[in-house]
This record gives sequence, C-alpha cells and structure tokens, in this order.
Amino acid sequence: MIDERFAKGVSWIHQLDPRLKVIITVLMAVVIATGNNLVMLTQALILALLLLLSAGLDFRLVLKRILIINFFIFFIWFMLPFTYGGTTLFQLGPLTASREGVFYALRITLRSNAVMLIIITLIATSTISALMHALRYLYLPEKLVYLLFLIYRYLHVLGREFKKLNNSILLRGFKSRTGIHSYKTYAYLIGMLFIKSYERSQRVYEAMLCRGFKGKFYIMDDFAVSFYDYIFLITGLLAVAWFILLEKGVVF
Amino acid sequence: MIELKNISYKYPDGIMVLNDFNFTFSQGDRLGLIGPNGSGKTTLFKLIMGLLAPDEGDIIIFGQKREKQEDYIEVREKIGLLFQDVDDQLFNPTVEEEVAFGPLNLGKSHQEAREIVKETLKLLGMQGFEKRITYHLSGGEKKMIAIAAVLAMEPRILLLDEPFSGLDRKTTGKMVDILNNRISQSFIIVSHNEELLQRVTDRINYM
Repeated sequence: MIDERFAKGVSWIHQLDPRLKVIITVLMAVVIATGNNLVMLTQALILALLLLLSAGLDFRLVLKRILIINFFIFFIWFMLPFTYGGTTLFQLGPLTASREGVFYALRITLRSNAVMLIIITLIATSTISALMHALRYLYLPEKLVYLLFLIYRYLHVLGREFKKLNNSILLRGFKSRTGIHSYKTYAYLIGMLFIKSYERSQRVYEAMLCRGFKGKFYIMDDFAVSFYDYIFLITGLLAVAWFILLEKGVVF
Repeated sequence: MIELKNISYKYPDGIMVLNDFNFTFSQGDRLGLIGPNGSGKTTLFKLIMGLLAPDEGDIIIFGQKREKQEDYIEVREKIGLLFQDVDDQLFNPTVEEEVAFGPLNLGKSHQEAREIVKETLKLLGMQGFEKRITYHLSGGEKKMIAIAAVLAMEPRILLLDEPFSGLDRKTTGKMVDILNNRISQSFIIVSHNEELLQRVTDRINYM
C-alpha cells in the first residue's frame, strides 16, 4: 500500500533531522502557495528541482506522482485563459484567450509543482514513524499524531484483510459484472471489512489495556541536530526570506 | 495465584462457552491448555485479564476477589497476556517504543525503560532491533517483539495464546528454548499443538 519508497535512500536530504524538514517544508509551502510573483514562483520551482536532483530519488517514480497533479492542471490550461478576461492574447474561433488568464494558469502550474516537489524531496524522504516523532516534538496534539499513525499502521493490516477476502471470492469463481449479484458481493466484502476493522480496533485496545495503558503515549526516539542540520535550517530560512522579498517586490 | 470458581460465561449471542467452570493455577505451574475450537480457551484468558466479565462465579487473583475494572489494574500489571495475532499487539512505530510501552505505563523513567528494553531484547536474542520499524518485521520477529513487550513488564505469570502459530521450525525452536530456559515466570499456554505443549509444560489440561 504505502511503501515509503522515497524514504529508502542515503542522500544528505535523507539524513536531515525530520523536524527541520517539516518546518522548512511548511514555511516554503505557505509562501509558495500564497505567492503570486512569477519570478518567485519560477525560482521556487528551480530550487525544488535542485533539491530533487540532489536527493537522488528514482526519477520515474517522481514523474509518476507529478503527472497525477499535472493531469488536473492540464485541464486548467484549457479553461482559464478563455474565461479569465483581460487583454487579448490570441483568438481561437469564437474564443478569446487573455494574457492574464495565461499567467494565472502558469502561476497555478508553477506553484503546485514546486510545492509538490518540495514535499516529495523533504517529507517523503523520511519514514512515517520518523515524521510522527517529528510532529510530536513540534507540539502537534498527541491525539492527532497517534490518530494519523494508527491509521497508517492499520491501513496495511486492513489492506491485507481486503486482499484475503477479495482473493477468496475470486478463487470461488466470482466475476465482476453489472448485476445485483456483483453489487451484493462487493457490499458484503465492504461490510465484512468494517466488522473486521471494528473487531481489530477492540483487540488492539484490549492489548493496550493489558500492558497498563492509561491514556498516555510515549516517544523514545531522540533526534540529534547536527552541523549539517543547522546549515540546512539557515539556508532554508534564507530561501524563504528571499522568496518573501521577491513576492513583496522589494528586490527586482 | 489464580482461582476461578463456578464461572459461567455466555457470548452476547447466547451461546454458553463456560458453564460452572473451575480452574486453579498456582505459583510455579507451567500449564498447557488444549481443547476444541470454541471451548473457551481465549475467553478464559480474557476473563483472567478482566477484558470480559463472567455472568456468574468468582475470580480470585493473588488472593483477592476481582470484580470491578479497577481491580484488574493490578492484575494487568502482574500478568502478561500474549495475543494470538501479533498485529493486535504491536502498534508502536519502533521496536524500542513497543517494548518500552509497558514499563513506561508502570511509571518507569525513560532511562530505566531503555535499560529494560535492552535487557529484554538480549534475553530473547533480538539485540540491535531497537530502532527497527515494527510493521516491517517478519512474522517470527514480530512474535519475538510481542513476547519482549510482555516480558518487559516483568509479570509474575504469562498467558500465551497460541504462541507457536504461524512460526517456522527455527522460530518455534527458539520459542521452546525461551519458554524452557530463559524465563522464570509461571505460565499458561493455549495451543492446538500437543507435542509442543508437552515439551514446554509440566501438565496439560483438556477443556
């Protein structure tokens, strides 16, 4: 299911403290997502690409992820230039493409790709468990973090149970068709999955009670901030500051 | 140490699992339980841990009658239950946190918990697994960590629900060695494998 494929790697980005990666990612994402300055957005995308290159991730995998969001952006390019209004850029039959519309679509493209790439390079390069710990250290509410983590942890188990059930209906000659029999079978399958996950949650809770659970979770991992982490943090903050300056028009 | 007197228990759907059931377990016992499916072996464990309440009868553990949930807090601290399905038991991100969960709940400091984790893993021959991600372990490794998590609380009694199920020959051998040579606790084992039960217990009860 979620295989954390990007998290397996040895680049300098993989070795950074996940807390700092989360902080820098959040700051960058906010600035880029709210920014409108084309120069800033282009530079952000270039920075994202540079980070991606130095993380040494499997390029085809990254491309696959990027294609998914660009699929939606593709349609924006069909709609926005012709509906936005403003100075005419060119005409296509009865349709008028506006300069402002094209820039708007361009901004959306740069923005979403830059943010997506930064998240892939900075966040997806840490394991989920490391990220959970990072979020706890950053004072995100304990309940939220554990909710997230338990969802992730048991998604695997649930996925396996779904596969088991699905295999068993396939092995007994089930073919998916349009018809009441197929719908009913799928409804049973999903119903069964609900019951199983409910029962699983009961057992997990019981197991926790048996080990003296009193409503408090503990984390044991210690993160150590190294020299390189400081360099990353400072460079990251400088980049964020530079983007804000560009956005506000203070430079250029 | 554990005494069940005239226990009756019905499932919510009305099926009687235990009827006027009596059971005694004393210090030093190494007891095997064997019985057909649905004979109430897992139910018995859950009754002892206070996860289920009997319809009738008395449960006396460590010389005290146990009725309310609060009565069972002490029981859960001193009796360790190993679940049949390891995925029910392992929910922490890392092995270290998994094993430390019990000791920390008992009020141990992080430093003490860390020591306990180290010792327990060493006892089970799982040194160096501290930072491993629990859900990426193999089935046999998961079972070992689940046992470690229970042992880390230093319980007086262990209740083991099908500890051999799903283990390969090598891990089964390891489990037998652990039960026979590495732990000092009294225990009750539920299993369908009579041959293995004979190797690790002193007597076997048929339910």
